[in-house]
Amino acid sequence: MKRPLKFRLPKGQHWIIGLPYFWLLLFFALPFAIVLKISLSTAAISIPPYESLVSYADESLQIMLNLGNYLLIFEDSLYVQAYLGSLKMACITTLGCLLIGYPMAYAIARAPKKHQGVLILLVMLPSWTSFLIRVYAWMGLLSNNGVINNVLMWLGVISEPIQMLNTNFAVYIGIIYTYLPFMILPLYATLSQLDGSLLEAASDLGSRSLNTFWKVTLPLSKGGVIAGSMLVFIPVVGEFVIPELLGGPDSLMIGKVLWQEFFNNRDWPVASSLAIIMLGLLIIPITLFHRYQAKSMESDL
Amino acid sequence: MSRLSKLSFSTIMLWAGMFFLYAPMLILVIYSFNESKLVTVWGGFSPKWYGELFRDQQILDAVWTSLKVAFFASTMAVVLGTMAAFVMTRFKRSWGKMTLSNMITAPLVMPEVITGLSLLLLFIHMADLLGWPEERGMLTVWIAHSTFCASYVAVVVSARLRELDLSIEEAAQDLGASPLKTFFHITVPMISPSLAAGWLLSFSLSLDDLVIASFTSGPGATTLPMVVFSSVRMGVSPKINALATLIILTVSLIAFICWYLARRSERKSLPPAM
Repeated sequence: MKRPLKFRLPKGQHWIIGLPYFWLLLFFALPFAIVLKISLSTAAISIPPYESLVSYADESLQIMLNLGNYLLIFEDSLYVQAYLGSLKMACITTLGCLLIGYPMAYAIARAPKKHQGVLILLVMLPSWTSFLIRVYAWMGLLSNNGVINNVLMWLGVISEPIQMLNTNFAVYIGIIYTYLPFMILPLYATLSQLDGSLLEAASDLGSRSLNTFWKVTLPLSKGGVIAGSMLVFIPVVGEFVIPELLGGPDSLMIGKVLWQEFFNNRDWPVASSLAIIMLGLLIIPITLFHRYQAKSMESDL
Repeated sequence: MSRLSKLSFSTIMLWAGMFFLYAPMLILVIYSFNESKLVTVWGGFSPKWYGELFRDQQILDAVWTSLKVAFFASTMAVVLGTMAAFVMTRFKRSWGKMTLSNMITAPLVMPEVITGLSLLLLFIHMADLLGWPEERGMLTVWIAHSTFCASYVAVVVSARLRELDLSIEEAAQDLGASPLKTFFHITVPMISPSLAAGWLLSFSLSLDDLVIASFTSGPGATTLPMVVFSSVRMGVSPKINALATLIILTVSLIAFICWYLARRSERKSLPPAM
């Protein structure tokens, strides 16, 4: 079994696989084990603010697993609401990104080949300029004496400013705005590889363009839809910055609650349990994304 | 007829979407030249907030910290990501390869609060058990950023590695080049555009990151997004408008130069008939 591998990389192969492996184990996998461990410990007033799981006293080794943090989270309606709020926010914004992003990706994929690069660059460019600054731009637009309200009042559409900043509406706008490029990129990747002859065949056989879209284009771009949706959905569930800056007191999201538990209440065990449950909720979308990744990598080969 | 079909629903959506993406930034740039202290009331043209910005020592320090972290993090990310990409594309399917490729793609979608929290807890544990890192600061942010940027590099580089013609490398090895020599003399030059792209992508991701940096940074290392975030939380300020404008202009300029260079090298490699 080992021979073909040795043929390619007789020397230094251990290094090549070893360094990234070791790094990721140490700085990616091990941290999760620690979060899991702390989520099972009891909060305490000490440094660090939790009690050790393992204690040794009177010649007996004791391992105390405290499930209280998890019970607390499920019993307290605040946490449950925050999880539901995050999931709802993620569903709506993913759908919003899909509805705006799909036609955009489609138009780019249909554009002349020499223009496609520029158009994709134009879509991606905003996501390279600071994410924080793009959220900040919306603060100036949405505030009560902001640009949008001023324009609407000047036009005479409204007589007094509409409260937009610090509402869920502002959070929706902010999230769709910042995550839209992440939806468009995978959609464009699949749509641009679409075999044009299939579409021609459909129209030769008398299919109307809308019908062709539903029966041919959309099913063939399923992979891109899944990848794009997961690239939006998963990070939005844990989003902290956008609800903090654009949302109000009623926009409850789990990322924000976790942040507050950790930094303000200094309750590390509860913060860790919140993270573990969040990860549990995301297991299905993460597996979906990985399956798509693996598939698209294999189809390239 | 062709004009009519060009104005399809998707084309209209494309331009509306572009407007949606760029209008807020354009307004931000315009308002950065606002004389008035009130961000939303126009008080005449003035570049005075740029002057204020360059006198703000805290922001200047943060810019320098961010640039240093981003430089080292993206360099490390390219090393790690390229090695991982090499394993993912060239090694036989095995248990080790599967775990590595799962671990390297996981940070792409992991919510930042979870990554940040778990890394912070790791550093605290390490400090407890090993006495290292003594305190959190630039080093810990560097480690955190290298890790998640390596994922992006791995994706970009492995896409390129997959396209490569293996026979060139095999020819070099048949002619007696050692694998290491083959890698540096044949493979690296061929994948260099994707290495550069991965480096630049990591650099901008690291410069932009707020959440992970907030978790893993210590008192001595405040990055630019952390300063911006704490000042924005207090409310909108015209100085931030000026800073935002400078960032937008720099990024657009770099992106344009990269695009131009990429297009030129693409043209060169095409046969003259095209």
